[in-house]
Amino acid sequence: MSDTPDLVTGDRETPIIEPPVSVTEVDEGASRREVHDMWVAGTEEPEWVRTATDEGAQEMLPEGDDPAAAIQRGIAVDDDFVDSDDTDADQRQIINMGPQHPSTHGVLRLHLELEGETIRRVKPIIGYLHTGMEKTAETLSYMQGATNVTRMDYLSPFHNELAYSLAVEQLLRVEIPARAQAIRILMTELNRVASHLLWVATQGMDVGAVSMMLFGWQDRELCLEFFEKVTGLRMNHNYIRPGGVAADLPDGWEDDVESLLVKLPAGIDRHEAILNKNPIFLDRTRGVGVITPEECRQYGVSGPIARGSGIAHDLRKAFPYSGIEQYEFDVPVGKHGDVLDRYFVRMEEMRQSLRIVHQVLNTMPAGDYRTEDRKVTPPPRKRIDESMEALIHHFKLFTEGFRVPAGEAYQGVESPRGHLGVYIVSQGGARPWRLHVRAPSFAAVQAMPVMMTDSLVADLVATLASADPVLGDVDR
Amino acid sequence: MAGETTPPGILLTTMDKGVNWARTRSMWPAAFGLACCAIEMMATGGSHNDISRFGMEVFRASPRQADLMIVAGRVSQKMAPVLRQVYDQMAEPKWVISMGACASTGGMFNNYALVQGVDQIVPVDMYVPGCPPGPQSLLHGILSLQEEIMAGTIRR
Repeated sequence: MSDTPDLVTGDRETPIIEPPVSVTEVDEGASRREVHDMWVAGTEEPEWVRTATDEGAQEMLPEGDDPAAAIQRGIAVDDDFVDSDDTDADQRQIINMGPQHPSTHGVLRLHLELEGETIRRVKPIIGYLHTGMEKTAETLSYMQGATNVTRMDYLSPFHNELAYSLAVEQLLRVEIPARAQAIRILMTELNRVASHLLWVATQGMDVGAVSMMLFGWQDRELCLEFFEKVTGLRMNHNYIRPGGVAADLPDGWEDDVESLLVKLPAGIDRHEAILNKNPIFLDRTRGVGVITPEECRQYGVSGPIARGSGIAHDLRKAFPYSGIEQYEFDVPVGKHGDVLDRYFVRMEEMRQSLRIVHQVLNTMPAGDYRTEDRKVTPPPRKRIDESMEALIHHFKLFTEGFRVPAGEAYQGVESPRGHLGVYIVSQGGARPWRLHVRAPSFAAVQAMPVMMTDSLVADLVATLASADPVLGDVDR
Repeated sequence: MAGETTPPGILLTTMDKGVNWARTRSMWPAAFGLACCAIEMMATGGSHNDISRFGMEVFRASPRQADLMIVAGRVSQKMAPVLRQVYDQMAEPKWVISMGACASTGGMFNNYALVQGVDQIVPVDMYVPGCPPGPQSLLHGILSLQEEIMAGTIRR
């Protein structure tokens, strides 16, 4: 593969670095593809194909193309996929699911090897939404960067912005006012509820409860209305920025949040009333898509999937950020690691998030909504007319952006899908030298073969929905 | 429409108007969600905005049964051949809405990974601006497309 032109490094004469130990020995698969694609570091895996970028894209093999070369590019299925030692190999058929499929929750493609209706092997193929955001981040100033990262995991935009902003602030070493921190917690926790509501809608629909689709969206709209009022946008808000938040909460936000705190629990109760005792839903989810805690650790799976398997890990408790340690909440944990336990975990997480929102509402500190450091945040509009210095600050911020001291920072936050981390390397300029995102959905997709092998095709759809991958998060 | 000479209960119209009316009032979209815009497309189909008011709630998973492709989101280089294949599989007459900045122009991602506008791959009938366009914007785009179709002729 070393002779193939590389999209990331371009024509740079960078030798491919061979690490002494394969990362896959440590991390079962969560990294192997990404390491090669994005960092051009070698692994010793035979399955060393480019997946996120477009080399694997040529769906239609040209006439007379060499199949071996095609396998190298990730077009065809690798040899052992077909010629299994299993005597029933000739009974098996390979079908392709996605990337355009209503149940794949985005442009995920799954290669399935079926024996009748039973799945014997699954191979997730990703990269159909690869947007090059990490590369784009290198061309954007730190202030513009939040616009970029908010579009990664588009169901939890606030979490993306928060992780990014916290990482930048780590490098800047600026203090964030208490009000800004509380606003951040308020928005991210409401975002968790909105994201889980969308999840319960799609999970319900995927196992046949189409009415869930309508109920889930209805409640999610309540959250979005509040987001729109605060940030001006329903999605991709670009609201949490390095230094604080973009604007203070609007007048009357308390009433809006209070009304949400009445309507959303009622909505969650209604969802549970529909699903909890529904025999079809229980049959379709109980014991389906099981993943053990050990497998979760092997694949780096986090969030509700890991908690559904019994791993009581939540970054909000383990590594608190943005002052979340001052609020009381519990971390729900499941036992069986199946789809049903993930459902219970997420439903309880919504309640716990609303509990945090309730506390934020009662304890919202007064003060500024962003740091007073004028090297980082723009001066108030009024000051620009009065002060030459304010004008200069404003001009410098929006033309060059602010400079960030050289160094590297990593910040993880608990997104609705798990451990979302942003890693920034700065060389002292106004733009990051490198930005990498540790995506929770990526790990979830890598662990899909574990959850899906030897299940039925219908169960695959339920499992896929319960993993709640966002392909924008996987591919970036 | 009914003239002096036609018996009561009979309506006269042109072929164009009749066929176009049927086409616009049951235009089934293909479920072709890509990114953030797909979420807003689903929100348009949800109970709050209710796309079924325009006879369009039937999102079809199979392109064979769809009349309209809403390209909702950023189209990567890897997705482009798939998108074209889905378009080719749709039966005539078919229309394409390019939803959002990324589908229309590449949006804020001018880089190696994205197709800079889906009109490089498929012909686009209507562009909906926004990042992402809200359900109201998408509905406006759809209604504008319906007006276009009503104003056109069925001869091609």
